[in-house]
Amino acid sequence: MSELGDFRPRDRAWHPAASTPAYRSTTFHSPRHPLLTLPQSIGELSGPVFGDSAFDPLDNDLIRNYATTGEAIGERITVHGTVQDENARPVPGALIEIWQANAGGKYRHVNDKYMAVLDPNFGGCGRVLSDAQGRYSFRTIRPGPYPFPNDGCGWRPSHIHLSIFGHAFVQRLVTQFYFEGDPLIGQCVIANTVTDPAALASLIAKLDMSAMQAFDSLAYRFDIVLRGRDATYFETQGL
Amino acid sequence: MALKETPSQTAGPFVHIGTLPALAGLKTGAAPQLNVLAHDSTLGERIRIEGAIHDGAGVLVKDAMIEIWQANANGQYGSNDFKGWGRAATDFETGLFVFETIKPGRTLFHDGRKQAPHISVSIFARGINIHLQTRLYFSDEAEANTADPILQLIREPDRVATLIARKEPKAGLPLYRFDIHLQGDRETVFFDF
Repeated sequence: MSELGDFRPRDRAWHPAASTPAYRSTTFHSPRHPLLTLPQSIGELSGPVFGDSAFDPLDNDLIRNYATTGEAIGERITVHGTVQDENARPVPGALIEIWQANAGGKYRHVNDKYMAVLDPNFGGCGRVLSDAQGRYSFRTIRPGPYPFPNDGCGWRPSHIHLSIFGHAFVQRLVTQFYFEGDPLIGQCVIANTVTDPAALASLIAKLDMSAMQAFDSLAYRFDIVLRGRDATYFETQGL
Repeated sequence: MALKETPSQTAGPFVHIGTLPALAGLKTGAAPQLNVLAHDSTLGERIRIEGAIHDGAGVLVKDAMIEIWQANANGQYGSNDFKGWGRAATDFETGLFVFETIKPGRTLFHDGRKQAPHISVSIFARGINIHLQTRLYFSDEAEANTADPILQLIREPDRVATLIARKEPKAGLPLYRFDIHLQGDRETVFFDF
């Protein structure tokens, strides 16, 4: 038994199922056998550390980190929040990788064939480490919605992709967040792979006027929760 | 439990922008080769791993991102000489992914038994709502594989075989082939932990 408690099992009903037929790409990408549950050993409880990676000061400023002739075009926003575990403890040093479409809904990717145009000053790639209190923030432009092939034409609501590393391999998470009030969320087959309304609500960033920068940018708050350890074992050690 | 984990969403077809930006076509500085894990001071046997991801219709998945996590040659994770983490994409044309790393040592299972040398593998792609987690074992470690507590959990030999990278008879760096099947007759064993 490990000295600290193991991480609680992932609540698979809270996450999307592997097969969600309305999102057509899952049809042939979803395993049919049940997942095999493993006990957590050192390989699952440890994880890569990214705090030593070289960060550029502009890594978390997508308005400027790809700019050559001017700043990125679009609605200027700050996105900020906390990274916590399920025990509401901050997760410092979490690596968050960010990618998104531009204000017109076009990705800077060789495989994106959407007719909308690229912004020469926007790459759509960023990253940030959470601080000692588990807080993170980045600046960007609000991405536009875009169409994608899915049983005809589906439309994605505005969203930003996040890839997150906590401290343990079991905490690895890739997700997307949406923007409060966007009417496309309810129609999106990908957002709605999350079926629990409370779970879907937790993927929607809230307008946060307290963090707006006057005459510069609006702000949205998105809090991230990674898996936490079962506290029972080590809490009894303190008695 | 005070909080619920943030739900997963698919990494989508453009995962490369945030994770392997040069592949997406972004202008970047000297980008690190994330699929090369070993450097000059790393101890251990250099190996190359190649494979592809097959979907349930037999089509290669050419827009996936794969991450690996492994111990060093002594069976330790996160040592100074070897980070043990790597990332690759399946090639947009050929569907192949490649890693250059070292063969890991044996690590301990939670109950103290020895595990066979293995690499943890995570798969992120369009149509995968929450990343798939599997393990890569080595065909030339038959004795250790037979005693491995995880492989022993799998009753059907055909399913155990989905986790074993096959050593290819080829000159040069030892080459292991590891094909991942998301669905179908040869569906890979995927784990929850």
